Amino acid sequence: MNKGLKGGILAIVTMDKDKVTGGGCPVFLAVDQKEQEKLGLFLARILDGIVHDLENGVYFICRH
Amino acid sequence: MERYLVAIVVGIAAGFLDRLIMLRSDYRFYPTYPHGYLTHLALGFIAAGLGAVAIPAIAKPDYVAVTFLALAAQQFREIRSMERETLSKLEESKLIPRGPDYIEGIARVFEARNYLVILTAMASSAVAYWWRWEYAVIAALLCIVFSTKLMGGSYIGEIAQVEKGEIIFDGSILKVNDVIIMNVGLTETRKKIMREGMGIIIKPRDDNARLTLDAPGQRMAIIHDVVSILGSKVDVSETELRPLARKQADKGYLALFLVANEPDQEYFMEIVKRVPVIESTRGTALKSFFGRKAAD
Repeated sequence: MNKGLKGGILAIVTMDKDKVTGGGCPVFLAVDQKEQEKLGLFLARILDGIVHDLENGVYFICRH
Repeated sequence: MERYLVAIVVGIAAGFLDRLIMLRSDYRFYPTYPHGYLTHLALGFIAAGLGAVAIPAIAKPDYVAVTFLALAAQQFREIRSMERETLSKLEESKLIPRGPDYIEGIARVFEARNYLVILTAMASSAVAYWWRWEYAVIAALLCIVFSTKLMGGSYIGEIAQVEKGEIIFDGSILKVNDVIIMNVGLTETRKKIMREGMGIIIKPRDDNARLTLDAPGQRMAIIHDVVSILGSKVDVSETELRPLARKQADKGYLALFLVANEPDQEYFMEIVKRVPVIESTRGTALKSFFGRKAAD
């Protein structure tokens, strides 16, 4: 039953690789905000997920 | 014509008419298929027949025939599982699901309608058998009015106040007034939501209503009904614009967010007011002693 937002992180898109550590999901590096948005959009569409913004330059894609 | 024949014919006609009137295909999109109609009309006819023969059978007297009613009740329980099964199957391919609570409610209503048909048929055939068939017509009409009243149920508009809400972005957090809905990452999506999104606030009138609106099943029903009229911009694998209902945990009211194909705030609110209160999610806190004590 779909009560709302839940699920694991499918991918991370970041401009600052020091902000992300550990493993478990692929991390994509973007050079600027524009590329980050684009990567986020593409990955979300392909992976059936939604892009979330952690507001520290890290986006992640999550399926709900 | 023989007396019992008149009674049976009048009973069947009354019951069948009752079923026909109760079979409505409205904006909730159900049942939309001619076959669905036929199934329910046929079952309604059988129910009417069962109700109509009961009184002449007792009067004859043929008590064994009356035990058939018990058998019939068993049969009509099948209707509930039939509806439940169909709707649950269809649920799998829906972008915006109805939710199990709504389905259970619909299934139960379909079952109950057949019992009302039996009652209507029985009452009118009794009147036709012991008095005159002219009086039976009046009895049938009364029964039909009674059944439609009984099947009415209550609506969100009766238990809660529906108001317009403002869509705000606090950084990446989407809010309707002060209720947090979700985190939206992409700037494009945020702009689209600001342009086309609509929000409303549903304020419960009392503690019962608050509990009803708390239930995820009721929220899904609200969203489903709204989307089945106004549409939504959700697509397969594009779920960012999914309509959501979230509550203000401290104050107990609900915020609803939607990006519709028909962005009409006025009707959005009207539709929400007309969403039925789902039987299984109905809050009953105020019926209990402690519930009433805690409420004040």
